[in-house]
Amino acid sequence: MAEYKWPEADKRTLIGKRISRVDGPQKVSGRAKYSFDYNPKGLLFGKIVRSPHAHAKITSIDTSAAERMPGVKAVHIVQQPGTELFWAGASVAAVAAVDEATAEDAARAVKVVYEVLPHLVVDRDPKMAGDNARPSAAQTAGDADKAFAEAEVTVEGFYGLPVITHCCLEPHGSVMEWQGEQNVLAHLSTQAVSGAPAQIARPLEIPAANVRCVQDHIGGGFGSKFSPDEWDITAARLAKKAGAPVKMFNERDAELMVAGTRPSAYAKVKIALKKDGTITGWQSESWASGGMGSGGSPPLPYIFNIPNQRKQHTAIVNNVGSARAWRAPGHPQACAITMTALEDAAAALKMDPVDFFLKNIDMTGARAAIYREELGIAADLIGWKKNWHERGDKTAGPIKRGMGLSMHTWGGLGHPSDCDLTIQPDGSIEMKMGTQDLGTGTRTAVMIVVADTLGVPLEAVKLMIGDSRYPVSGASGGSTTIGGVSASARRASLDALDGLFAKVAPALNADPNELEAVGGKIQVKGHPDRSLSWQQACQKLGGMPLTVRGKNPGPGSLINQGVGGVQMADVSVDVETGIVKMNRIVAVQDCGLIIDLKTAESQVYGALIMGVGYALYEEKIMDQKLGRMLNPNMEFYKLAGIGDIGDFKVHMMTGKGYDERGVIGLGEPPVISPGAAISNAVANAIGVRVPTLPLTPDKVLAALEQKGGRKDASI
Amino acid sequence: MRDDDDKVVEKEGISRRNFLKVSGISLTVPLVLGPRVVRAGGADVKVFGPGKVPVTLMVNGKAMKTEVEPRVTLLEALRNDFDLTGAKRVCDRATCGACTVIVDGKPTYSCTVLAIEAQGRGITTVEGLMQGDKLHPVQQAFVDNDAQQCGFCTPGFVVACKAFLDKHPNPTPEQVQQGLGGNLCRCGTYMGIRAAVLQAANQQKGGRRNG
Repeated sequence: MAEYKWPEADKRTLIGKRISRVDGPQKVSGRAKYSFDYNPKGLLFGKIVRSPHAHAKITSIDTSAAERMPGVKAVHIVQQPGTELFWAGASVAAVAAVDEATAEDAARAVKVVYEVLPHLVVDRDPKMAGDNARPSAAQTAGDADKAFAEAEVTVEGFYGLPVITHCCLEPHGSVMEWQGEQNVLAHLSTQAVSGAPAQIARPLEIPAANVRCVQDHIGGGFGSKFSPDEWDITAARLAKKAGAPVKMFNERDAELMVAGTRPSAYAKVKIALKKDGTITGWQSESWASGGMGSGGSPPLPYIFNIPNQRKQHTAIVNNVGSARAWRAPGHPQACAITMTALEDAAAALKMDPVDFFLKNIDMTGARAAIYREELGIAADLIGWKKNWHERGDKTAGPIKRGMGLSMHTWGGLGHPSDCDLTIQPDGSIEMKMGTQDLGTGTRTAVMIVVADTLGVPLEAVKLMIGDSRYPVSGASGGSTTIGGVSASARRASLDALDGLFAKVAPALNADPNELEAVGGKIQVKGHPDRSLSWQQACQKLGGMPLTVRGKNPGPGSLINQGVGGVQMADVSVDVETGIVKMNRIVAVQDCGLIIDLKTAESQVYGALIMGVGYALYEEKIMDQKLGRMLNPNMEFYKLAGIGDIGDFKVHMMTGKGYDERGVIGLGEPPVISPGAAISNAVANAIGVRVPTLPLTPDKVLAALEQKGGRKDASI
Repeated sequence: MRDDDDKVVEKEGISRRNFLKVSGISLTVPLVLGPRVVRAGGADVKVFGPGKVPVTLMVNGKAMKTEVEPRVTLLEALRNDFDLTGAKRVCDRATCGACTVIVDGKPTYSCTVLAIEAQGRGITTVEGLMQGDKLHPVQQAFVDNDAQQCGFCTPGFVVACKAFLDKHPNPTPEQVQQGLGGNLCRCGTYMGIRAAVLQAANQQKGGRRNG
């Protein structure tokens, strides 16, 4: 029986090294095919007729003009007259035509009459929300009244961050193709290939076994592509009516309006303290919106388990396209509120926030030691001791520089994942797994694990993923993929070696458990002279291949959960223009055993850049009068560009003390802290808190005016 | 587009706005193939369509023929008519650069050029950069520096980098940030891209010296 553990550091040939992603050459050459790129023969183009109103009831739909148009092959009513629609952009009807232009014309020719109903699309003031505000009961811990009555210092503030979107570059959508009357081939842009058939089949009323979902590459998901959407089902219905495949992908405006948001979060916070910096009490009155389903309640206070608490949260239900999981759901919001409030507390006490966080670090519980170590490393890397100053850069001139920090946690336990590993008698190696590579490097990681375990080069492994016909592997979300796929791949590889060793042992006059696979050979441990090449060894399988099923969860301890990270930001703010310029972010992160250091670091860089985006630029701006999003495009829904991000230093906590924990997910954690770290750096630079993200010039200037005494300045 | 002459959407010919004005006029023209001349804004303007017109595009050194309506963009023709899907449609509004191709030596947002207007010009897409099975030095540098995650912005970035280096063979880091400011990435691959551009610049210099 194999012992299911990772190889010791000195035995790892590929695991933990810097390996270039295996699908890199396909991606840089334009050969990587995304679902959006799939052009089967006879393809039709689908377009959706969308509600222009934030809240309305359909009175009537007239599709006759569209049906008469040359080139239109199918028209489908998505929502019948009488149906209530709850956000602008909601689907009403759909068309499929021979080309996109004709489909657009046909969609425009569908006449819909609406009864417009009252709407709410904003969330900054819960009092405006009326019945749409759903307060929950207060939660308490310890004795908050006593803590605030006895507090030596009390600090109060308002903090928040607005609704943002995922803005995946490949929009949500699919190409739906019927193969006969009862079978669907779905080219879906999805984070969950294995789960898609059941969800596609149910509304189409066909057996899930008749649906096959395939996806080679996906152009971004970030939590918004777990399930097929109504428009994917609509594409399948149009395809059935037309008798031809239909491509249906959101236009950019629809993508930003209806394909998912990250909920907002706002909070009035009060903190009780001792003069020495000990936090004794937390009180928060928070609210958040995330469309019709509300947005959940951020876990306040974040990380610090403050002994005495009183919390009350209000969910605001509004007429905006619904929230979906957005990289580390709930955490960026809770972090941005808590870490800014705590930094304000440190500033009120005139304490260095590093000292303040260290003073209270035991409140973070199990990961306190990791945070302590990471705070020290991050402070060294950014030169905190040398460069930090008390709040407000006192140097002359309009450019003020400041530093801020934040901390975060995440789980990242590997999801259930199956795989089939086949070794052929000619030595070729084939791995099938129903997972998907979101650009996180999943393909590369699986191949690294298999090749390292079997002692063969990376190129020797043929990996097939992205097909619902392969063994079931979990959805890629919540940083669960790397743990799931690496553990099942390791178990499969070890079991395959067991099978191979049993066949090979007689030829080497050895016991199977005396054998090892290294350097393209099967040999008696420590005796390279008593060996067979990989090919020679595989010939001993006889005429039939060896196939093993790898599973996660399974025996042995290969994966773990729970990480801590510390980030420090360095910014310059022009107090005349209000423009924030990023100088540096230092990110220190643990994630257990790293499979590919190169793609792991890319994950962290990417998270920091996404963090700069939501800290400085991103907001889904809703107009209460129109009921619509004002910036459903990439000109005014701004992402950070290559010149906006400053410089980064990423430090991964690896080696002894970390590797032994096993593999832990990394996608979410580093995106949690940038908002708070950058906000804290801006406050440190300009001497006043800009209460809400994004830290746009108008808000920076307004905060400066308030600090200067103007009470009417709007922030 | 931050470097004014590095990227040209359309300098000659018909801009999207003017095209809309012209197409307003063209609706009164009967359905015929080929252009007819009308007076618009005090000048003679060739009007195509509104039906499909034959179009020949010179893509990656090959003449490619199709029939499209005049309102069809170069990007749509490449993707839908020629199955050249390397260039991506993302913003569809000349903001993000995912559709970047090279037209007559200049990086161009193919979502904002009409297919009929791209006739007679030399068009290079990402598919045209490889030499046989060998990656272009820019492509190799993207692989080496992991300048990609989901990869959806990558073809546009690769093409933009190639065109940028053609013009700035020895760029400073500041020029890289300026010159590639017209492309956007959501996964956050800019650190890799910065390193990739500098690696490709060094390799190309080396290649030129040796050659």
